Amino acid sequence: MLSLRKLFIAVIGLNTSSAVLASTTVEQLLQEYQAQGASQFSTESGKIFWNQKFYSSGTHQQRSCSSCHTANLRQYGKHATTGKEIKPLAPSVMSKRLTNPKKIRKWFRRNCIWTLGRECTNQEKGNVLMYLKGL
Amino acid sequence: MKISQNKLIYLFATLFNISSTQAAPMNNDDKQSVYKEECTSCHMAYPARLLPARSWQKIMNTLDDHFGDNASLDPTTIKTITQYLQDNSADSRHSQHTNKILRYLPQNSTPLRISELPYIRHKHDEIPSRYIKANPRVKSMSNCVACHKAAERGLFDDDNVRIPGYGRWED
Repeated sequence: MLSLRKLFIAVIGLNTSSAVLASTTVEQLLQEYQAQGASQFSTESGKIFWNQKFYSSGTHQQRSCSSCHTANLRQYGKHATTGKEIKPLAPSVMSKRLTNPKKIRKWFRRNCIWTLGRECTNQEKGNVLMYLKGL
Repeated sequence: MKISQNKLIYLFATLFNISSTQAAPMNNDDKQSVYKEECTSCHMAYPARLLPARSWQKIMNTLDDHFGDNASLDPTTIKTITQYLQDNSADSRHSQHTNKILRYLPQNSTPLRISELPYIRHKHDEIPSRYIKANPRVKSMSNCVACHKAAERGLFDDDNVRIPGYGRWED
């Protein structure tokens, strides 16, 4: 049987490895964005962008990333239309976050279009990733 | 140690570095997992048998504007999910419910919302607004699972109904 101590070490180990995986994944995407012309990324700009409100002319709503994910990314969010729970985005709370590049691309595409009415630029995506990975 | 045949094949494939793109064809359960994985991030897994195949086709062809959301997916995933939904649609299986869904639905109509099916509307027409639309814990007919606790397993009988704030539904 596993001792509690071993289990503890194993859990810490798992957490560390997904944290490493998250930063490797983010690093890979940041390099990709820079190779396509983005400049230095900024955590602060990422945070501002996250909370910035965009007017959706079709629905006359103000929308932002925080409309669904809330401004506190360590908490559960809620889908604006269906009300379905969204797990926290902060990697410190949900260790699987930011570990799958395919998912990151998919959700940037979908959610930028919903929020801004267009896809995000590489600069915007890089800034947001910088902000998210530190949470 | 007992090793299943599938595991052996997998081991063999890994050892000889056979590309994973050559994976075995997916069965219905595999496709259902893809459907659940992709679609339940935003909403409950609506049972495929509640809409005819033509409706699923239209929904999967218009994911760029999915009831106001962009739910776009890569072509391979779209194909897998479409196949699952059509293979298990209302037209694919005969039951008391699917027969009624289809019988009440004009042939030339391709509804995108389960809640707009004539049969489903008819089944809910006696339910006062305060239980559904005006109920802050339900809000919409699209939120089946708020009251039909076993909706995702495809069970919609009255025994499984609990209306938030009101309890059981007595017909």
